[in-house]
Amino acid sequence: MSDEAKVRGRKVKLHDMCLRDGMHSMRHQITLEQMIDIATGLDEAGVPLLQVTHGDGLGGSSLNYGRGLHSDKEYITAVASRMKNAVVSVLHVPGIGTLDELRMAADCGAGCVHVASHCTEADVTEQHISLGRQLGMDTVGFLMMAHMTPVEALVEQALLMESYGAQTVYCTDSAGFMLPDDVTARIGAMRAALQPDTEIGFHGHHNLGMGVANSVAAVAAGATRIDGSAAGLGAGAGNTPLELFAAVSERMGIETGIDVFKLMDVAEDRVLPMMPKPPRADRDSLTLGYAGVYSTFLYNAKDCERRYGLPARDLLMELGRLKMIGGQEDMIEDTALTMAKARGLIGHNSKEAV
Amino acid sequence: MTKIKCAIIGPGNIGTDLLYKLMRSDVLEPVWMVGVDPTSEGLARARELGLKVTDQGVDGLLPHVITDGVQIAFDATSAYVHAENSRKLNGLGVFMVDLTPAAIGPFCVPPVNLATLADSGVMNVNMVTCAGQATIPMVNAVSRVQPVEYSEIIATVASKSIGPGTRKNIDEFTRTTSGAVARVGGADQGKAIVVVNPAEPPLMMRDTIYCETVDEPQVDAITRSVHDMIAEVQKYVPGYRLKNGPTFNGRQVSIFLEVEGLGDFLPIYAGNLDIMTAAAAHTAEMFARKILDGSFVPVAIPETEAA
Repeated sequence: MSDEAKVRGRKVKLHDMCLRDGMHSMRHQITLEQMIDIATGLDEAGVPLLQVTHGDGLGGSSLNYGRGLHSDKEYITAVASRMKNAVVSVLHVPGIGTLDELRMAADCGAGCVHVASHCTEADVTEQHISLGRQLGMDTVGFLMMAHMTPVEALVEQALLMESYGAQTVYCTDSAGFMLPDDVTARIGAMRAALQPDTEIGFHGHHNLGMGVANSVAAVAAGATRIDGSAAGLGAGAGNTPLELFAAVSERMGIETGIDVFKLMDVAEDRVLPMMPKPPRADRDSLTLGYAGVYSTFLYNAKDCERRYGLPARDLLMELGRLKMIGGQEDMIEDTALTMAKARGLIGHNSKEAV
Repeated sequence: MTKIKCAIIGPGNIGTDLLYKLMRSDVLEPVWMVGVDPTSEGLARARELGLKVTDQGVDGLLPHVITDGVQIAFDATSAYVHAENSRKLNGLGVFMVDLTPAAIGPFCVPPVNLATLADSGVMNVNMVTCAGQATIPMVNAVSRVQPVEYSEIIATVASKSIGPGTRKNIDEFTRTTSGAVARVGGADQGKAIVVVNPAEPPLMMRDTIYCETVDEPQVDAITRSVHDMIAEVQKYVPGYRLKNGPTFNGRQVSIFLEVEGLGDFLPIYAGNLDIMTAAAAHTAEMFARKILDGSFVPVAIPETEAA
């Protein structure tokens, strides 16, 4: 059966990421006004879920990941109080955010939480998934960099998250590395192994331009939640552009409940004008997808290129070779210093260069 | 030379690695290993190495504390049982070195505050976390030069080196470390980030320390202080190395470390575990020397008064 025949009539929940994953591209500097403007537009377009957090989740505001213009509390409160139908979600990465921050988010009106771990480390999420459920949140387990582990191992990790209480488990293509067959294999195996009432989600990045195609493959294999971003605003070359996926869904008979024209207008009139430049698979973003490197490493690598004269592409390739994973942004400058010294770009004492 | 007799509670990876270190000590003699599982490999190993063992938990040790002259005990179990272990053993005058995140006693990071604690008469010290042991000396190396407004540490550990207890309680790990970065490191505000990396072969423990000084950082003084502190830590963790930095960017100081373990019981990539056991052994040795020269007399704390 063709994918098109498989997906016709499927009901899929779209989840917008432009106010969370998009924070990376905006260097975490989105204003409250911009956030409210975009969020209310998404709400009116019928987007059921939208994520509002620092790019690295609750507690992500830091020297390592970049400080937010406002606190998570200010962002969540400002948006949640203005939503008519949409539910505000948050990203929560154990090891970065703490349980107190999740309680704060729920208090401020967040109704859904993505509890994230690297694809092999689901057992660090137990406390946070349990608390999400206790707080009555729509609780999601989010397995990042899912291309880095074999299908069977990913399924084991998904089962762990389900056992902790996750109601949905995601296959997250943080590097934008997957091709449609990779997605089909992972989502299909998760669908076969998890309880029928556990939902499966897919979160794509567009570093190889495969966001939409991968999301269609995910739905065909049984995913009922798809993440994307209005205007594609997200880390690396961005997320799956949500208005594109909504339009494709309509053509294919996937039921999303989205008003496609309204969503296009939010992307064009509210998100695009805010962006320093539209997301594009430039040389460095393409390298992320090509080599399977965490998408949010992009801007730090570009910063190091400016500071140390080391090509960002070389640095990203090296980070991939060293198997650095999400959260290890500190290792970008460290690796750049080591490489720049080896290439004679800076002296032995690195302080001369900075 | 007379040695101070010790007990280790918790025959897991940490307890066993610690045992190997204590067996080399010239002032400490491990005599008891305490567990709860009769089939535990760690208990069997300790027995083979000549220790007395019990699988009855701390209660199995208590009747022997006085007769066997146990004066120092290490707790490598979990935060949840440490309070009770400490109360019972302190009740018999045993000095406690706590390797759990319970933190009943004051935080101890040897090159920063061990000397002060050893003169304070406390009966329980807490070893913070592996991330804390690795990074707090660097925070202090900056804060002893000039005031630090904010410090943030990122610890990356190999997936294979972090056990189920820590994973299940990662929130306590993060919060305890953040608190100690500020309190012991000497920063107005502290933040800790922990990353678990599953790469094969396993990565060496990596630690990054960022400090924001109140005023323009004093580049030369801080650089010197960082190198001096590295040498201090290397006295008990030879694999503690500066990989890059300190670099200076505005008020931000960045320090990049690698911690290679000694490979006693745990592989060398597990520098995170090595620095915990090495710091605990180093701490106990300081107290043991003071017991031996009479400048520290452990005093039994009646259980009703203890926490």
